[in-house]
Amino acid sequence: MSVQIAHISKTFQHHGVSQTVLDQIDLTVQKGEFVSILGPSGCGKSTLLSIVAGLTAPTSGKVLVNGKEVKGPGSDRGVVFQQAALFPWLTVEENVMFPLKKKMPKEEAKKKAYEYLAMVQLSQYAKHSPHELSGGMQQRVSIARALAMDPEVLLMDEPFGALDEQTRSRLHEVLEKIWIDTKKTILFVTHSIQESLKLSDRIIVMGTRPGRIIDEIEVSFPRPRDEFRKQLAEYEERIQKLLKSEIDKVVKEEESYAAGR
Amino acid sequence: MQQVVKRIIFYAAALGIWEAIVKLLNIKAVVFPAPSDIFQALWNGFADLTLVYDLLASFQRLVIGLVIALILGTVLGVVFAKSKVIDDTIGSLILPLQSVPSIVWLPLAIIWFGLNEKAIIFIVVLGGTLVMTLNMRTGIKSVPPIYTNAARTMDYSGFSLFTHVIFPAAIPHAVTGARLAWAFGWRGLMGSELLSTGPGLGYTLKFASDFGDMALVMGIIFIIALIGILVDLVFFSRIEKKVMKKWGLLEQ
Repeated sequence: MSVQIAHISKTFQHHGVSQTVLDQIDLTVQKGEFVSILGPSGCGKSTLLSIVAGLTAPTSGKVLVNGKEVKGPGSDRGVVFQQAALFPWLTVEENVMFPLKKKMPKEEAKKKAYEYLAMVQLSQYAKHSPHELSGGMQQRVSIARALAMDPEVLLMDEPFGALDEQTRSRLHEVLEKIWIDTKKTILFVTHSIQESLKLSDRIIVMGTRPGRIIDEIEVSFPRPRDEFRKQLAEYEERIQKLLKSEIDKVVKEEESYAAGR
Repeated sequence: MQQVVKRIIFYAAALGIWEAIVKLLNIKAVVFPAPSDIFQALWNGFADLTLVYDLLASFQRLVIGLVIALILGTVLGVVFAKSKVIDDTIGSLILPLQSVPSIVWLPLAIIWFGLNEKAIIFIVVLGGTLVMTLNMRTGIKSVPPIYTNAARTMDYSGFSLFTHVIFPAAIPHAVTGARLAWAFGWRGLMGSELLSTGPGLGYTLKFASDFGDMALVMGIIFIIALIGILVDLVFFSRIEKKVMKKWGLLEQ
């Protein structure tokens, strides 16, 4: 097993009021599995990913990656953020070399960087500055950078959320191919039901207030899944219903709060 | 191109009118020198090399002072940005100090160092350091957390995180700081040279003034302005633009 999330809870103190963002999350991701965490905004899905990444400390519970407890960020877990987070003072190639240059000679790092840039079909942009690339291209570089350090797990936090529909759809194909080729374990946070259905083996549906797992859905159609649109639509409807009751709950809570004042 | 033509015509006309008014009204050069007088004074100054030595001396002080100011300002800025305790205590002094023109410290500097190079360089350092510190502090503090978070997931932490991510990310602010440090340093230098011994542009200006040579006074004022503009345009503006472009901060 690759990632084990055990009884994770997270409470934030906000203006003296403590708010439970994540409540007793348990989740195990197998090696090579593609798991999506799906939920409405505010369900703590990004916080959960950040805890797995080691960038946020949980209030209680622990995360194990390959049996080893997560104590902080580390290169066994590559992270792709919603923004590409490329360093503007480095070229595309240097950005991909960034995680490698402490670990190997420069020539070797360069070779490796090109390998991964080729994987995201951007080798001819190696010498460009990040800001000269479109949003979708930047996100591909960011994926190449995360892959370059050969992590055990790839953590992706709404990586395509800021992109337009066409670009997103194309990047789904790129990511699918990378996943098949590299057999990486991927934990993918998204609020798009279609995206999760298109990409993942398993979808973890999260509810909000407090953030918790409300359902787990296995998606076992072979890829690419374009020809299973009809079957996927049924799944989509089912998840939609689940999420709707969650969102209704939030609205109701807010209304009663407003009425009570 | 048109702008350049317009400006040339404007300046030529302005100089012509100036010359004409001074000559027609027969104003004495001691009161208000004509452009031709100023040109003559500058010509003489460069011909007997006094102005050349002045320029060299002034620049030497400036470069020494500025280098110290930039190093000191960078270090202080980083310390203030990184340590909340120091920032809340010593750091609170920077802004009030910055609102005091560095030249007013000259009397003290003369007591401490004597009426010599050291006192002048001290004023230049003071003028440049504070503004560099302020910009460096802002630069370090405004590094987007997403950069540091991304780097931390790639096994960068502590010192390597600072040298590879935080410092480079702050460079646009540092360049602005250096540019302002030069401007403040240059002002401080000219001020303190007025009150010191030569050679130096400020000293020669004072010397000319004592002898009623207003043509040379104005000539030196022109040189001071010209150097101010040239260094800014040729050096700092260019670097700033390059950095802004590289860092993707310029509108495309």
